[in-house]
Amino acid sequence: MTTIIRLTLVEAMRRRILWAFVVLTAVIAALTGWGLSVLVESAHQHGVSSLQVGIGISQVLILLAFMFSFVLAMSAAFLGAPAIASELESGILLAVLARPLRRSSLILGRWLGLSLIVVGYTALAGVMELGVTKLVTDYLPPEPVEAVVYLAGQAVVLLTVALVLSTRLPGIAAGAVCVVLFGLSWMAGVMGGVAAAFNLPELSAITSAARYLLPLDGLWRGTVYSLEPPSIAFLTQLAGNRAGAAAVSANPFYAPSGPPVGYLAYVVAWVALALVVAIASFRRREI
Amino acid sequence: MVAMTISTAQAHAPKTASPLPAPAIETHDLAKRYGDTVALAGLTMTVPRGEVFGFLGPNGAGKTTAVKLLLGLARATGGRGQVLGAPIGDLRARRRIGYLPELFRYQSWLRAREVLGAHSELAGLPAEGRSREIEAVLQLVGLTERGSDRVGAFSKGMQQRLGLAVALLGEPEVVFLDEPTSALDPVGRADVRGIIRHLRERGATVFLNSHLLGEVERVCDRVAIVDRGRVIAEGPIDELLGARSLRVRATGLDDGDRSSFARFGPLTVDGDWLTIRPIEPEVVPEVVATIVAAGGRVHAVEPGRATLEDRFLALLQVEESPPTEPKP
Repeated sequence: MTTIIRLTLVEAMRRRILWAFVVLTAVIAALTGWGLSVLVESAHQHGVSSLQVGIGISQVLILLAFMFSFVLAMSAAFLGAPAIASELESGILLAVLARPLRRSSLILGRWLGLSLIVVGYTALAGVMELGVTKLVTDYLPPEPVEAVVYLAGQAVVLLTVALVLSTRLPGIAAGAVCVVLFGLSWMAGVMGGVAAAFNLPELSAITSAARYLLPLDGLWRGTVYSLEPPSIAFLTQLAGNRAGAAAVSANPFYAPSGPPVGYLAYVVAWVALALVVAIASFRRREI
Repeated sequence: MVAMTISTAQAHAPKTASPLPAPAIETHDLAKRYGDTVALAGLTMTVPRGEVFGFLGPNGAGKTTAVKLLLGLARATGGRGQVLGAPIGDLRARRRIGYLPELFRYQSWLRAREVLGAHSELAGLPAEGRSREIEAVLQLVGLTERGSDRVGAFSKGMQQRLGLAVALLGEPEVVFLDEPTSALDPVGRADVRGIIRHLRERGATVFLNSHLLGEVERVCDRVAIVDRGRVIAEGPIDELLGARSLRVRATGLDDGDRSSFARFGPLTVDGDWLTIRPIEPEVVPEVVATIVAAGGRVHAVEPGRATLEDRFLALLQVEESPPTEPKP
């Protein structure tokens, strides 16, 4: 399995995937720093309070996190989708699987290698973005590490889906399905909030099921919650009555609380089960 | 479903007190269907160790399917098989198997030595001997100078040579070569023949899938011909090719002289041409000497035998001809 992990990492390096990520992220971090410095300077000139500035910066960070969430989702989908399928189509796996290598080792090796790449990239992007923000504005969100972990978790979940699909579908089809699933999951999260705000139990049941079928939205809410200053929830409650607050909570860029431990355990179990499915599917695959 | 026995290991087994090693390959009614399509129908065969075994057939005959089944890459829908005494797909047996796929592709972002390094690890070769082994196989396939180049820059022929090197890593006991010369020029083909002979000399079994009959004829000890998923002929190559013949164009002989050549074998006379078939190859010089001694002049001497291609085409024609209706 270590050989497969190493080959996966070498492939990412040699195909310049990692370098492309690093360079683009550095550009985004530089632009973030410049944008935040303009924003903070303008706020100070207009006498905006530091509390409001903090809330403003947190909203910018949440939007940036959303952008990275999308980038990571796409990266995970397009790294994972061809991981098995393209090597089957090209014939590379013919010689590899004739070796004394279990198919489960190939799946787990690919998953671990690709997970290392997306988690490493998420950590790097998180450090760069939050570091630049701290440097320029002196603001650091309350739970920066958790925010990055939740973001990486989303990427790993989608990567796992891509790998499962890769054992059966051509790479392009698997990637396309992943992108659609990501969009549906995000939409289910928004609609779930709407269902709760307007007390629509049927819609709520469907969106809750969708959230558990593909546990991306819960992790996204965790990222948002980790980036919000503690004052924002209090201010939101002050802003209106209970129904109004519930309607605010339908906003995909707001989270009144982080995901419970039980949900996180569910996500871990979900990923493990998806890997079992991937292995079972690949074992049955004719090469 | 037709099942045919190709050979028996017992016929080639050494007469020693030690237990007989399992045949290199053994199958019983091994079959593969894809829906309604029969890819392989009841393949029963035993390939003894140390032989170069040719598995021949036209495109789509089931050759590659048979190899994939034997390697555990595809699942049989019927029958059973063993490779090196272990059930098909056994991981420990795979350590002793080399494989060059028909569709030979290797990681284009790796250097040739890195591809071989990865396969050495996957094959479980001891770490201390890997570098030496990699250099040895690179030299064997003529890629030593290009070992540090990226595979993506290789021509198809070079990739096939690399595939051959991958298959030879770790001195495997059985080597499956699926169309090993399909991308090679004549020099490369000659090199592959040399490598196959080298494998035979060190006692390895070679399972050679090919439709290049000239190649097979030159290197194989035994062949099986497969068509539409079933074996239609098998045997040692000499037996399969049939009797040798001799055609001689000689002048200055009378009828008595000519008829005397019948002692060398069944004789046919057509003008100046004498044809003796069958004939043992050792008596050809004697035939020529006899003509000269009788005062004849020799213009041409053509030893001959049906080629594998002749035999192959004849067998396929028989297979494809409609069966004759029995007379009432």
